[in-house]
Amino acid sequence: MLAYLIRRLWQMVPTLLGVVLLVFALFKGFGADPAVLLAGQNATQAQIAAIRQELGLDQPWWFQLGIFLKQIITFDWGKSWATGETVAHLFATRLPATLTVMTPMFVLDALLAIPLALAVARVRGSLTDRVLMVVTTVALSISFLVYVIVGQYLFGYQLGWFPVQGWSDSVWTNLTTYVPLPVLLVVLVGLSPQTRLYRSFFLDELGQDYVRTARAKGLSEGAVFYRHVLRNAMIPILTNIGMALPGIFIGSFLIEVFFSIPGLGREVLLAVNRSDYPVIQATTVYLAVLTMLINLGTDLLYKVVDPRVVLK
Amino acid sequence: MSPPRSDSVWRAAWRRFRRDRVGLVSLGVVLAFLLLIVASASGLVARQWQQEVGVPSAPPHVLGPRPPDAAEGAIQPSGPNVDLTDIDPLAPRYAEWAERAKHYRSADPVRADTLPLGGDRMGRDVLAKAVKGTEISVFVGVLAAVLATGIGTLLGALAGFFGRWVDDVLEWVYNVFTAVPDILLIFAFAAVFGRGLTTVVVILGLVGWTGLYRQVRAEFMKHRSRDYVRAAEAIGASPSARMFQHILPNISHVILVRMSLMVVGFIKSEVILSYLGLGVPIDQVSWGTMLAEAQSELILGHWWQLATATVFMAVFVTAFSLMADAWRDALDPKLKGQA
Repeated sequence: MLAYLIRRLWQMVPTLLGVVLLVFALFKGFGADPAVLLAGQNATQAQIAAIRQELGLDQPWWFQLGIFLKQIITFDWGKSWATGETVAHLFATRLPATLTVMTPMFVLDALLAIPLALAVARVRGSLTDRVLMVVTTVALSISFLVYVIVGQYLFGYQLGWFPVQGWSDSVWTNLTTYVPLPVLLVVLVGLSPQTRLYRSFFLDELGQDYVRTARAKGLSEGAVFYRHVLRNAMIPILTNIGMALPGIFIGSFLIEVFFSIPGLGREVLLAVNRSDYPVIQATTVYLAVLTMLINLGTDLLYKVVDPRVVLK
Repeated sequence: MSPPRSDSVWRAAWRRFRRDRVGLVSLGVVLAFLLLIVASASGLVARQWQQEVGVPSAPPHVLGPRPPDAAEGAIQPSGPNVDLTDIDPLAPRYAEWAERAKHYRSADPVRADTLPLGGDRMGRDVLAKAVKGTEISVFVGVLAAVLATGIGTLLGALAGFFGRWVDDVLEWVYNVFTAVPDILLIFAFAAVFGRGLTTVVVILGLVGWTGLYRQVRAEFMKHRSRDYVRAAEAIGASPSARMFQHILPNISHVILVRMSLMVVGFIKSEVILSYLGLGVPIDQVSWGTMLAEAQSELILGHWWQLATATVFMAVFVTAFSLMADAWRDALDPKLKGQA
């Protein structure tokens, strides 16, 4: 187990190095000159040269890559070019808002879709199948933008059930007042495709021999589903959840922009519009690390839900 | 007597496809859209989409013209005009300017009260915008899918065919690209490449190739040691000939299906990117920019731009996805029924 863990962590090093190289090459090779961006429009040549020296831009590229690596290891990304805020402070202050919206969304999504999929799998038949298929196809063909625009207009503006947008300092107020509308919209839109996906996992298991055996020895349909099928279908379900998990930390960009939530996603988008390189570079690298760790965590969970899995 | 020739893959697939009614109808819808796009790209229709042909936010024909608004225009002052000639420094030149202005003719175009599907904030025809927007959105989606398919197929073929260190290196590249969530990768590319149509295509292509790469790589690994490829090698076919003349045609259906799924995905991404201001520039129109404008119009009760863009997009995307599903079932009957 420990050997497995160490080996997996060791394997992350080249991938992470690749991500760092990609980001470095991208911004170095194609991005505008940071010194010119930073100095502003009325800068003299001397000012630009001074900034260049301060950032180490007058050094050879391998030296700059060294600076970049040092920033990653020491978690010291310096300051945002646009606002002068340190990147660490920016993460610390924006992440709570993102988590406040995304966590309920994520939990509710799984809590609703899995039982629903089980129910649909139990009454499987060509009619439910077709209804679900049609609803999914149509639901997915409409842009998510439309749902948010119409939902905000209908629930926030016309019916007045929720505030259209806003945010406060209190987590409780946020959860009870501002979070419900975005969560409702995202869960509603995602429910039918998620149900269809989970249902296909359950149906895969239903065709297996052990299900026939369980039925043959007289188990009730409920016991077959909850004790056998659900446990066996956990692996693809976990994989799916694990793949969606990194999204929590960056937040749904659209949701944060639409509902004026001061989270990480909106901050990254602002950074893109302002060419604020330090913020984008930091987010990209750390999110890559997080994604890899979550993948490792998912693999370890396989072992928990299914003892037959051998990690090697 | 030679044995009866069996149908080619494509002919057999077409025979299966013809039996799929849903697939046929969706193919018809997609072809109709393609005709519309060709007409719009060649300037036959919707060339004048930037003309302000109607009154601002003109309602659709079915609703009829908007009743004259009581609050419209400033309140006219009723008192006598004060003579400012003594203190107005520009007064001596008014006559001269009036004389000069006579040389120019200003036309006051008649603006329609209603338009077929309504007008936007500036009085542009929503129908023309939707047609032009279809052209741009589908264009971006298809081109990006072609680019992503090109990259994915080439790299997948190299990795799967040669294996060894080529495979190791490309797997590393694949791991790097999948380690970063797609949307963030798109943002990082957008930050350095700037804005514009070409940029959107390039970004989506550079980010979207990974799924196809895995599939093509697996297919090439499977095929490279099959008998027909070894036979080709025995008669001296070069590696590139074996890869692209022998193996590629045999897996082209996999690529085609994957590519059509990518088109749908990229069209949706383009809409989101354009809404966020990273996509289509403001002098162009796409479904995404239409939806972005529609957001502020909806509060005023002007729902027609939102409805038109949504319907255009929903019809095209639904038809295209159903067509892709039907293609997959026809080209690869083994996969039938899988999601």
